[in-house]
Amino acid sequence: MSTTSLASKPAAAKPFGSIATPGILSRAAVDAVRKLDPRLLAKNPVIFVTEVVAALVTVLFVRDLATGQPLLFTGQIMAWLWFTVLFANFAEAVAEGRGRAQAESLKRARTDTLARRIEDINNRQRYTKLSALDLKVGDLVVVTAGELIPGDGEIVEGIASVNEAAITGESAPVIRESGGDRSAVTGGTTVVSDEIVVRITAAPGSSFIDRMIALVEGAERQKTPNEIALTILLVGMTLIFLITVVSLYGLGLYGGTELSVPVLVALLVTLIPTTIGGLLSAIGIAGMDRLVRHNVLAMSGRAVEAAGDVDTLLLDKTGTITFGNRMATEIIPVPGVSEKDAYAAALLASLADDTAEGRSIVSLARDKFGLAMDVAPAGANFVAFSAATRISGVDVDGRQLRKGAVDSVRRFANDLAGGRLAVPAEYNAAVERIARSGGTPLGLADGGRLIAVIHLKDVVKPDIKERFAELRRMGIRTVMVTGDNPVTAAAIASEAGVDDFIAEATPQDKLNYIRNEQRNGRLVAMCGDGTNDAPALAQADVGVAMQTGTQAAREAGNMVDLDSDPTKLIEIVGIGKQLLMTRGSLTTFSIANDVAKYFAIIPALFIVAIPELGVLNIMGLSTPESAILSAVIFNALIIIALIPLALRGVKYTPASAASVLSRNLLIYGLGGILVPFVGIKLVDMIVTALHLA
Amino acid sequence: MTSNGWLQIILLFAVVILTAIPLGRYMARVYAGERTFLSAVLGPVERLLYGAAGVDPRNEQGWLGYTLAMLLFNGLGVLLLFALLRFQGLLPWNPQGFSGLSADLAFNTAVSFVTNTNWQSYAGEATMSNFSQMVGLTVQNFLSAATGLALAIALVRGFARSNAKAVGNFFVDMTRSTLYILLPLALVTAVALIAMGMPQTLDGQVAATTLDGAQQTIAVGPVASQIAIKQLGTNGGGFFNANAAHPFENPTALTNMLQVWQMLVISVAIVFAFGQLVGDKRQGHALLAAMLILLVSGVAIAYWAEAAGTPTLMAAGLDPAGGNMEGKEVRFGLGLSALWAAVTTGLSTGSVNAMHGSFTPIGGLVPLVLIKLGEILPGGVGSGLYGMLVMAIIAVFVAGLMVGRTPEYLGKKIEAREVKMAILAVLILPLAVLGFSGVSAVLPDALAGVGNAGPHGLSEILYAYASGAGNNGSAFASLSANTPWYNTTIGFAMLLGRFAYIVPMMAIAGSLAAKTRLAASSGTFPTHGPLFVGLLIGVILILGGLQFFPAFALGPIAEQVQMLAGKTF
Repeated sequence: MSTTSLASKPAAAKPFGSIATPGILSRAAVDAVRKLDPRLLAKNPVIFVTEVVAALVTVLFVRDLATGQPLLFTGQIMAWLWFTVLFANFAEAVAEGRGRAQAESLKRARTDTLARRIEDINNRQRYTKLSALDLKVGDLVVVTAGELIPGDGEIVEGIASVNEAAITGESAPVIRESGGDRSAVTGGTTVVSDEIVVRITAAPGSSFIDRMIALVEGAERQKTPNEIALTILLVGMTLIFLITVVSLYGLGLYGGTELSVPVLVALLVTLIPTTIGGLLSAIGIAGMDRLVRHNVLAMSGRAVEAAGDVDTLLLDKTGTITFGNRMATEIIPVPGVSEKDAYAAALLASLADDTAEGRSIVSLARDKFGLAMDVAPAGANFVAFSAATRISGVDVDGRQLRKGAVDSVRRFANDLAGGRLAVPAEYNAAVERIARSGGTPLGLADGGRLIAVIHLKDVVKPDIKERFAELRRMGIRTVMVTGDNPVTAAAIASEAGVDDFIAEATPQDKLNYIRNEQRNGRLVAMCGDGTNDAPALAQADVGVAMQTGTQAAREAGNMVDLDSDPTKLIEIVGIGKQLLMTRGSLTTFSIANDVAKYFAIIPALFIVAIPELGVLNIMGLSTPESAILSAVIFNALIIIALIPLALRGVKYTPASAASVLSRNLLIYGLGGILVPFVGIKLVDMIVTALHLA
Repeated sequence: MTSNGWLQIILLFAVVILTAIPLGRYMARVYAGERTFLSAVLGPVERLLYGAAGVDPRNEQGWLGYTLAMLLFNGLGVLLLFALLRFQGLLPWNPQGFSGLSADLAFNTAVSFVTNTNWQSYAGEATMSNFSQMVGLTVQNFLSAATGLALAIALVRGFARSNAKAVGNFFVDMTRSTLYILLPLALVTAVALIAMGMPQTLDGQVAATTLDGAQQTIAVGPVASQIAIKQLGTNGGGFFNANAAHPFENPTALTNMLQVWQMLVISVAIVFAFGQLVGDKRQGHALLAAMLILLVSGVAIAYWAEAAGTPTLMAAGLDPAGGNMEGKEVRFGLGLSALWAAVTTGLSTGSVNAMHGSFTPIGGLVPLVLIKLGEILPGGVGSGLYGMLVMAIIAVFVAGLMVGRTPEYLGKKIEAREVKMAILAVLILPLAVLGFSGVSAVLPDALAGVGNAGPHGLSEILYAYASGAGNNGSAFASLSANTPWYNTTIGFAMLLGRFAYIVPMMAIAGSLAAKTRLAASSGTFPTHGPLFVGLLIGVILILGGLQFFPAFALGPIAEQVQMLAGKTF
């Protein structure tokens, strides 16, 4: 995410025409008309006011029609006022339509299933069949291979592979088992193998899938705190312009002009912030939608906004900052052993070691010396790792090669050397150096002789340092959370470029850290999956639970990442910021537009009584009627023109607030002042050419 | 325009800033309750006053308690002043034997002085006894200014405090404002003004024999003491009808400069104090930069317009070098008149040393615009700062979202409640100005008072209500405003403009104080530096300008374009 828009996930990244399919667009056109219902519109005050005055002008139009007055001007104003309302409705409908398309596929997973409820966990044979909709919290159900899990719950017995494609879109099954951190199952997912007993934890209708459907459909969308505040601002601006326009009637009379209602209405509608008013809810829905497209589910819009405000990110080391597994990075031979021999010995000893560490030794040997050995040499006898010996290796050609924890390998070699093992000083030095650098040393012995030290290292992901630098520029501190000892943690922290770390972290440590940050006025985001993460997830301002995590973790967090990718936290912050930026930018644009509209309309209003005011007609609009009409038309069309931007979000680049501000202020502030001058002039030329006014 | 004129203007601003810095530091200490060099003398007086009034200075109030105390205090102030003016004839120190004021004029005047407007529908020397001037008006000059300062400090505390319920004690802030700031400054500058030739006597008038032997009575009185606080407290109510154009109210160019300095110094100093109290001086500097850039632009435009003069008169043979000298004092000239006009309206003083109604249309538009931008450039004592802070809240909210965070100002999140209250506050000005103007523009009773035909008449009406609602007090004086309609409606405009603004503003103070003050980071919207200054200027111009542009187009702008086209009325 070094630059570029967040929305550009491959699946969604098509040019403008594809912000929605033709199906969504045509459905949205119908919905736009349905949304004219004043009861629905009332929640959008700016557009509601527009509808009220459009109705007023319609009444006057009908009166003119009945009395045989000229109709062309009033009729066109009326039409474009209604278009303004319809375009705003359309924007919201398109955003909802995109969510609905996703909801449809989810709903298929919610089809009514039959559940087998058991009374006694030890007697799975005695069950009652009932509809999933009749399940209650606490019921025990048996699910076997090929069946849909009837509701959200926790596995109390058994292990199974489960296909969760219905919610994650990922078709490879995942393992779910009772106890531990992978016990949660989601209703609507399918058991692929084995049989499990599940205790239902969510009542029908409030399950995970239900919530997800409600969220993406936007049906239960509540206005978020920031959206409410912005709506208040827009209502205030609407009132101010209402005062301006109504009083203008009296002031106009003084100047010898009696302004007609359609003209005053035209002035009002062009001045009130219809652009942002029309797009506001679409922006909110699209923000949620962007999260869903990243396979993240926010339990509330509030959480998405909070994500934009985050000051501190708590990131788990493993999987986020480093690859999950330690990898061999070098093999240090003792004096008298050539480097190549040491690598070859390490390779031999690791051939049958199927752990990630073992494989990393094999690939290191291949990369470094081109050593390759696909098949084990004949007569090789592999010794597998055991918890008792803590070493593994191979007996081949009379050699006994062993690798493992430094102490264990030394004990092994010392036994074979009859208790008279010579430990080279260089060997000890290498072990110490590796430990100090935060790595893990492995001993390598050839019979009774220590021949090399293997350096296993937690490898920091290649691009993570730049991302942390980006975050720092955005004013976000990153904190690494790890179970490692402080020495190891410090080494990795400095390599990855995090701002702070919590070593040997216990759940209580995390909780304390979060509370302390919050006391200092910072917002904290973290992700977690275990039950013991739940308190910290609940305490954090943004708590992202992994889909693979426990039910407790998923309940505690306010977001769930369906991909269970802890790195996602960084994207989530970006999505939150982009949502707020889009709102702010379009608000600024909308208000800045008014300057040009004044220059179009004011001279047109009073040109008859005060011809000298013609000097204010700096756009050179052809007639007073065309000027007013052009401003109204521009005001309506700009809503349509900005729908793609509202849905896609403004360009988001991680940078400091100062540089983001100057960029957006230039584009949307200055642009907002200039664009309508050009736009209104163009519309005026067309209106004049078509003899519409 | 002359370089001499500009030199005087620049020199004045330099002196204001240089003196406001230490004054601001001093004010910050006063409001923080710390010791100052005057504590040894004034501390006992302060404690004595608290003891007499039964006020425990450590007992702080929440925003509502603070606001109610302020409303009660000012409400009583209106009643007392109203009674005093009505019964002026029965009260002492009335050498000319003036009778009581009519009910609507007494109401208008009482409201006018309590709200720091000092709109005067009367001529002071022909209406007010010395008792009314000194005990009535001068007292309110102090108290209305102290009220503004106290309220501003309460809002600043809202920003500076974290998780707090209280915003201060109204009576303590009032006492400290008056005792430590207004009184000492008024005392020193009044003496300076007397030394520069301003009268200070309890006599009502002196008799003089003119050169051709006629007897003339010349009104005098306790002028210097009232003028000192009139300017320092951005009140503006003149002792004489001609205000600071009167030779006794403003004898020389030097008194003129001193008075402009007096008007500006506290309003500028409190912005420095604000920076200090919130712990980041740059925040104060940014606000001040926005204020002064707009104010100096106003001075420049007015100066330019007045220097350009009227083409019709030039064509009739007037010396173009003289510019538009109509309604101006020759001892001040164009530069100092333009300076005063902009300063008195950029602040909320409303005192005048030239007749704004006689300015060229664009020259007269400058004070009108400055009032309608909210009198925050830098605004009345205290009221300028809290008005500017409300603007800053709106600016931060609109543009702050563009950096991708919930907007914050000075570490406080700007959320629904703050936006709601800020919007309520800024609604007051258009409501009072355009509402009353719109009605007056068609009401025969109101139109009867209009002194000029054409767009200028509309400007007179707009100016009157803007001046009232903005608590300014200056006027396009050709409007005959001493009628029941104007006295009453302008009275209401003044009340709305002052108190209907203050209540939501104080609600913001309370809600901010209760919030946690967040730490700033590089992701925080920066509210210092040129970018924010530019943004703030833009928001002030667009928000203020958009509301009033149609009205301006019909008034001063129409007049200007018609004047350029050679049209007369």
